[in-house]
Amino acid sequence: MQLIQRKQSTFLTSLVSVLLGMLVGAVMMLVAGYDPIQAYAALLSSAFLMPYDIGETIRTISPLILTGLAVGLAYRTGLFNIGVEGQFIIGQLAATIIALKLDLPPVIHAVVAVIAGAIGGALWAFLPGLLKATRGVHEVIVTIMMNFIALYLSNVLVRNWLSAGADSTEKIPSSASLRWDSLSSLFGGARIHMGIFIALASALFMYYLLWRTTSGFELRAVGFNPDASEYAGMSVKRSLILSMMISGSFAGLAGASELLGTSGYLAIQGAHTGIGFDGIAVALLGANTPGGILLAASLFGILTYGGSNMQFVEGVPFEVVRVVFAAIILFVAANIVRWGTQKFRKKAVKEHA
Amino acid sequence: MNIVEMKGITKSFPGIVANDRIHLEVKEGEIHALLGENGAGKSTLMNILFGLYQPDEGEIWIKGKQVQITGPNMAGELGIGMVHQHFMLVEPFTVTENIILGNEPVKGGWIDRDGAEREVREISDRYGLRVDPRARIQDISVGMQQRVEILKMLYRGADILIFDEPTAVLSPQEIQELMGIMNNLVEEGKTIIFITHKLKEIMQVCDTVTVIRRGKFIDRVKVEEMDENRLASMMVGREVSFAVEKEAAKPKETVLSIEGLHVTDSRGVGVVNGLDLEVRAGEIVGIAGVDGNGQTELLEAIAGLRKVQKGKIQLNNSEITNQRPREITERGVGHIPEDRHRRGLVLDFTIGENMVLQTYYQSPFARGIHLQYDQIHQYAERLVKEFDVRTPDIHTPARALSGGNQQKGIIAREMDRNPDLLIAAQPTRGLDVGAIEFIHKRLVEQRDKGKAVLLMSLELDEVMKLSDRVAVIYEGKIAGWVNPQTTTQEEVGLLMAGGSTGTEVKH
Repeated sequence: MQLIQRKQSTFLTSLVSVLLGMLVGAVMMLVAGYDPIQAYAALLSSAFLMPYDIGETIRTISPLILTGLAVGLAYRTGLFNIGVEGQFIIGQLAATIIALKLDLPPVIHAVVAVIAGAIGGALWAFLPGLLKATRGVHEVIVTIMMNFIALYLSNVLVRNWLSAGADSTEKIPSSASLRWDSLSSLFGGARIHMGIFIALASALFMYYLLWRTTSGFELRAVGFNPDASEYAGMSVKRSLILSMMISGSFAGLAGASELLGTSGYLAIQGAHTGIGFDGIAVALLGANTPGGILLAASLFGILTYGGSNMQFVEGVPFEVVRVVFAAIILFVAANIVRWGTQKFRKKAVKEHA
Repeated sequence: MNIVEMKGITKSFPGIVANDRIHLEVKEGEIHALLGENGAGKSTLMNILFGLYQPDEGEIWIKGKQVQITGPNMAGELGIGMVHQHFMLVEPFTVTENIILGNEPVKGGWIDRDGAEREVREISDRYGLRVDPRARIQDISVGMQQRVEILKMLYRGADILIFDEPTAVLSPQEIQELMGIMNNLVEEGKTIIFITHKLKEIMQVCDTVTVIRRGKFIDRVKVEEMDENRLASMMVGREVSFAVEKEAAKPKETVLSIEGLHVTDSRGVGVVNGLDLEVRAGEIVGIAGVDGNGQTELLEAIAGLRKVQKGKIQLNNSEITNQRPREITERGVGHIPEDRHRRGLVLDFTIGENMVLQTYYQSPFARGIHLQYDQIHQYAERLVKEFDVRTPDIHTPARALSGGNQQKGIIAREMDRNPDLLIAAQPTRGLDVGAIEFIHKRLVEQRDKGKAVLLMSLELDEVMKLSDRVAVIYEGKIAGWVNPQTTTQEEVGLLMAGGSTGTEVKH
């Protein structure tokens, strides 16, 4: 009973925060002299206008689901994996290496590359997990540092090994691609690819793992109370490491599917892509549940894709969308709904008395 | 004159009415006990008086004036202060810094540290608190920290002092000191509301007692006209037996044997120093001792939660020294841990999940890696029924239950596994007489089933009543064995304090 109430209230929190966040965006647009209603209408319609747009929106959503799951799963075990960005990059890198350096038949090539991405991400997350479990080093510090190592490692390898001193690798062979022509043509030639199915399967996997298996029981127990978990005979260290590795593999899958499906080549990057960091926002808005993460990723995906079109249609700068993101997150973090209901309740008591 | 009057206070939370038209009248200058079982609504009522909750119905009168207490600040202005069960102190700060926090005296733009310190010392002396204003909180004992909380109230000019189960965290000696302090406070004109479910303490210091039961006002009586038994039956609503009924033990083979055990605490200081102990099937061995003499570390070492430096622990003649907790559990050790919130329960898990905290991976609760929730729920339903754990259902988070019911849940889980050795550390700490009676009965039952029980409690009464043999622990060693039937409290007290005499009990 209480649990249901709590679930409802987190859903309400997220919903109200989204509306308030969009309101903040609207006020900003008004101040800057744009018509918010037209802008939002343009945003929504351009996210869904044509099959092509729907396909592109889904493509934008896919990696956000995966990075959201990565953050959410680690959080359930009491870990703040801020290194999703780095694990994402390693996932891209591993997938690129398999795609370019191995010569395998179609489908198998793609599958091996995706798996390599997952393993790469998992290994990149293994180190902070190990340090946390054995030496108590805080995972936030280690993962932030490793984000930079991943970025520059990727850049070095692209320039010196994966290409002949160029700024990017060659395009991956079609045998390793996650594109599927019939799917693309269904959506008017959009770049939608198999990544969305990987993401949906991962969400299902996270749900099943956490709530239906003995390992998930341990992961959640350790997240809530490591002392009681130790008392109950669980291995806290093992759970911490396992959680980081699964989290990292989600991030790696995001990187691999972005690379094999969307871009098709790996380029030198001046800075982080931000998809990993967006995962933090997605997990927060989605209350770290697989279903919530799917919804939150969808929302952010729609805003991102629709927002870039809004720029063309209405001339409203894309930055407004980022402001809306930030505002939503602030409202969720401040738990604006509970604050409001408390005020309301207090007031009601006063008037009653 | 009534300094506090609460009339017809009603407060409900989703699902329960915590306070149902409760009356409380407290006279100026008295120690007024608020007595009730865990979950009776004592804390809710006091949180209303302290302004943390707003009542749904009812009036509050303070010093003859009707008031609306909208928050703790307002309560402070009315002269109401509260010492919470869990202290609200900043550990690295000094006593004085904690006391002036949020209310700092300023002199020329700077905090007037010396002035504050003088004032703290003065108040401390006046009420016999003996607190060093310059000591850091992290360096002083729990009893001393509690006095800092008292000082904090006094410094802010409170004259109605609420003590929320203040003795739960104290050693017997500290409790006596606190009683003395409470008397001093009343002599200086303060009024005290004392929330408790310990009858002995009420008989010792209180003038009047208000009894509430399941959210309802039962009676207000003068303590001098009462005795412990009558108070207990008023509180619980039925006759309660204090005596533990048990037949003489029929001990059999040795289940647990410990030889020359050395264990260090978390700072690496030796706290168990060459301890020997033996527990046989069919007996309860009690460990008596002043807190901090190694009993916690001893039990943790047996359960595999703390590393053994030297020595041997054997269970049923096979060694379990430094095995992993899971291994030890599977070999037949049940453990009711000292701190049920830290160790015993995952508070955010449901009661059902907590019931299989150690066995979730075993058949029938799991098949391979798949949890079998049907089986888990059936099992939990049965335990909840058998052990009378009062919970709306098994899907309720453990956090939502009262302390007594949480403990019953742990006991159900540990006993139902039918372990050869049951370790019970402070099994009734913070519980009311009804729950204590229940738990004591279960422990004796376990013994009568031919299991070995190792009981550790800081309440000497409890150890003496339940145990068949008592080992007194002092500085990490067994200072002596006594027979609880024949020994006196003085004798045990002497051993606990490091004295040398003790009557050896034949094994």
